[in-house]
Parts: sequence; C-alpha cells; structure tokens
Amino acid sequence: MNMGMTIVEKILARASGAATVKAGDVVEPRVDLAMSHENAALVINQFMEIYEGTSQVPNVWDPSKVAIIFDHRVPAESSKTASNQKKIREFVAAQRITKFHDIRGDVGGICHQILPENGYVRPGFVVVGTDSHTTTHGALGAFSFGIGATEMASVWALGAALNIEVPATIKVNVTGRFGKFVGPKDLILHLIGRISAQGANFKVIEFHGPVIRKMSTSGRLVLCNMSVEAGATAGIVPADEETRRFLHDEAGVNGRINAVEPDADAVYEKKVDIDVSDLVPQVACPHTVDNVKAVSQVKGTKVHQVVIGSCTNGRLEDLEIAARILKGKKVASNTRMLVFPASAKIYAQALEKGIIGEFMKAGAVIMNPGCGPCLGIHEGALGDGEIALSTTNRNFRGRMGNPNSEVYLCSPAVAAVSAIKGVITDPAKGGN
Amino acid sequence: MAKVVFTPGNDVSTDAIYPGRYMATVLPSETPQYAFADNKEFNTKLREGILPPGSIIVGGKNFGCGSSREQAVSALKGHELVIVAKGFARIFLQNGINLGLQMVVCPDIEASEGDGLDISAKEVINRTSGKRFSISPLPAARQQIIDAGGLIPYTRKRIMAQARAD
Repeated sequence: MNMGMTIVEKILARASGAATVKAGDVVEPRVDLAMSHENAALVINQFMEIYEGTSQVPNVWDPSKVAIIFDHRVPAESSKTASNQKKIREFVAAQRITKFHDIRGDVGGICHQILPENGYVRPGFVVVGTDSHTTTHGALGAFSFGIGATEMASVWALGAALNIEVPATIKVNVTGRFGKFVGPKDLILHLIGRISAQGANFKVIEFHGPVIRKMSTSGRLVLCNMSVEAGATAGIVPADEETRRFLHDEAGVNGRINAVEPDADAVYEKKVDIDVSDLVPQVACPHTVDNVKAVSQVKGTKVHQVVIGSCTNGRLEDLEIAARILKGKKVASNTRMLVFPASAKIYAQALEKGIIGEFMKAGAVIMNPGCGPCLGIHEGALGDGEIALSTTNRNFRGRMGNPNSEVYLCSPAVAAVSAIKGVITDPAKGGN
Repeated sequence: MAKVVFTPGNDVSTDAIYPGRYMATVLPSETPQYAFADNKEFNTKLREGILPPGSIIVGGKNFGCGSSREQAVSALKGHELVIVAKGFARIFLQNGINLGLQMVVCPDIEASEGDGLDISAKEVINRTSGKRFSISPLPAARQQIIDAGGLIPYTRKRIMAQARAD
C-alpha cells in the first residue's frame, strides 16, 4: 500500500505527472508561476547565454506565467539600477510578459505582497522566485521556494524546475490562544529560535492547528515568509475557507478554488507542538535571526531607528496594530521611525483609514512601498554604533547597510510602543 | 595542497558574502571585487590578487544562508576560491552547483587560517594538524548538472534535445 503524502508531495506528484512521490525522490515539476524582481537583469543575462550557439530563439516558455515586480530599489537609487530596470522593461515588452509591476503608485509594491493581492498564486501551485522570501506564498497552500538567477533562466527556458529533490516535511501544530500584543511574528520568531537558523534546512514546514485555522491570510504570510529563516525550502499552510475568502474577496479571483490537503497518514520527518497561550512578545537579537529572546530580556535597549514594513510585516493588519498604539502619541526624540507599506494598494487603504495620518502626526516618516531599508540598499541606512528595531525579517551584520550597527527584529506592536519610548519596550507594559 | 585563507564561522550570510548595496552589479565578470566587501582586510587581499587560485575558505554550519542573490556565488567563484563548510544553506548550495563553484561539505572540519589542506573525493586532510575529515557527497539529484559543468550547459543540452524531439 502507498504511504500517505504531505501537501508538498501531492503538489509535486501532480506537477511532475506522477501518481505518488515521496521525500527524496527526484522530480521535474512544471512551474505555475516564476517570479523575479530587479535581479531579472541577471536572469536575462543567463537566459540569453543558455541559447548561445543553439539556433533556438530565446523566448520564455509561457509569458503569462512569468511575473516581474520592481521592489528592491524603487525608485532607482543610481543610474546603474535605472539602466537595469530599463533593460528589464524592454525584455518584458519584447516577451509580452503580462504580470509586470513597474514603479507605480497604483499597482506597485513588494513582490511578496503583489503576488497574493493580485491572485497570482493559487493553492496547489508550484511557484519559484529569485528571492529567498518566495516561501511567503505557501500561505495560500502553494509549494513556493526561492531559487537563484541561473536556475530561473532555466525555468524560463523549459517551464520546469530541474532535478528537484522532494523535500521532507516538518509538521508544526499550533494550539492555544494568543495573548494581547502577541501574534504571528512572535510565533515564527519563537519557532526559529527553537529549531535554529538551519533547523529546517532542505525541509518544508507545514503549519497546522486551531491557531493557524483562525489566523488571517495576512498572518499566515508572516509565518511562511520567515520559514526560510529556519532554513526551510518552503513553509505551507493547507488552504481552507480563509484562503478562499482572501482569494475571492481581496485578490479578485473568480471561480472554484481547489485546496490540496495532506493525507491523514502522511509521513513527517518531525513534529513540533507549540502552545501560544504563554507566548510573550519575541525579539530576534543581533546578528542572527535565531538569537531569539523574550522582549523582557532586552527591554530598555536604546533604539535609534524603528522600521515598520516589508514583505514580512508591511500589511494593513500590521499598520493598524502599530497605528492604534501610536495614536495621540509621539515618536521619542532621538529615535526616528520609518514606515513602508508592502504595496500601493495597502498604502491607499491605510490612507483611507486614517492610519497614515496617525503615523505622520506621531512623527513617523512614510516611505514608498518597496523593500526600503530592510536590506540596506538605498534608504534608511544606519550610522556607526546605531541600533534599529525592525519588523523586517533579517538582522545579519551589515543588513541595514552598515556592518557597525545592530538590528533587532520584532512584531509591529513591539516596534510601535518602542518608538514612543525610544527603547525596546514590552507592549503589555508600555503605559497604554 | 592549498591554504586556508579565511575562517568566518557559522551562519555566514549572503549579506556578508555580497552586501545588498552592491546588488545592482550582476555580471559574474564584475561581482568579484565586492566579495566580503564589509570585511576590509579579506576583501583587500582578494582584490589585490595575492591569494593563489584554489585558496580555501573554511566555513561552519549553514554557509550562505539568507538571500538567494547569486552574486554571492559568482563573487567567490571569480576569485577561484574553494569553500569547505560543515554545511551549506539550500539556495547557496544550488546556486554554487549551477555556476560550478568548488564546494566541499565536510561536517566535522577543523582548520585554522594558514593551515594546509589536501582535498580528495572522500576526505579532507589537514596537513598542519594531521587530522582527516570525511566528506559528505553533494546532493545526488544534482549530479547531472555537476557533470554537465553547470546549469547553463545542462539546460542548453535539454533545449537541443527538446528541439530534436519536436
């Protein structure tokens, strides 16, 4: 008798035309969506090189399945970036790629928000992206993983990911009830701290349990986004009614949505149980994401820059939580606060709800949607010896543009209350 | 025998190997100048070309974690460095295989800067300490890509085969 399959095994079996696959098998799944950002400049270079001397015409296998979103350096910070973006625009036009999001105030934003909010990802899809946080899209029940530029060039040519080893799966079962000011970011930081930055290397993390079932898609995106910080190939949440609600009501998807669920007798490499009832706000301390502590252990640490935004925590729910805490308060002097919504759509929604106004009144600077200060490319760099507290996903030395600075990672609630105090603060004891 | 020139420890991120602010530079011919750019001492040695080809970086666990940026691989390959590590992060390992970076998975490796290493198919011998360490094979799933000399020639072969079949 065949053993049961995990979600990713089922997705890979379907995508590679096999009845069943199991962890360790080597498959070549057809790709449903292939996403790149500005690094498409390198993908184009590698793509053209593949075709050299072949007499074949370099055309992407299916222009409707290629997505390119400008987010890492928007608007361009240098002539070099602007020239890369120009080259990509020309390629997009020549190849008739439709899922292209240029630098725009109506449909632009961070790739890991643009894909879900436009309904580009569906349950059961195989999604690849030239960005490690492509794991985000597992929140919609897809198998979604990061690859390099050359591998993407190969996908553009063949429409399949070559020589993929079916990953084993870790099942994470989450029970209990979040306390006030505790949420998805604290859960994923706790998990990473528990299993380490390489604890899920080459594995998939499948999220289950009543806490996940009750969680919004926005929260699930946080969990899957940061699964890669435990080394995971992918994070995945089985699609359910909430997934259907999100895709139909928020992402404009029409028609039937088929969920893929794991078999009851699926084989997991490991199971992890987490009860969130006693979980307190978590902070990842410099300079690794798995250096996770309770907020009380680092409270009082001076913060020079507070950052709220990114593909991890730049969604409407995140901005709402922060704005509620900041309402009527001021960002501490000698602390600067930067807010960058994950997409133009979220920016507009936040504007309409008065959230942007609250941030500005408090003294926060609103930045355009994009990757912004998260990876130290072109805005929001830190000075020597400065400390940032950020809702983003990485705190590696030098991540925010300066190797002589420190980055702490936290939830939007911890970030907001700490901005008011100017030091890392437990929101439960923030004087609200 | 080749020399160990750098021992950066566990969890070396691609931000450390190739800082984000240089990501607009994409071509493998241009990326090597920014390898470990935030480590001025090592970066200077690399740029001055005083390290012979085949010089070895010995890393700990989870080498190449973080961003999928392929510049982190092309920058090291450009200097013809060999990376021996206790373990590699998944995307870095795949990018390395795809571009033909010399990587050795050696879970128990012990070596210090200046040590001389001999690397064979099965083991790493530290000639300075006299200790031997066994090598774990690279993922078998990727052997065809390694054999083809990287993913570009491998995909090119597949395209030609497809064209012949059509």
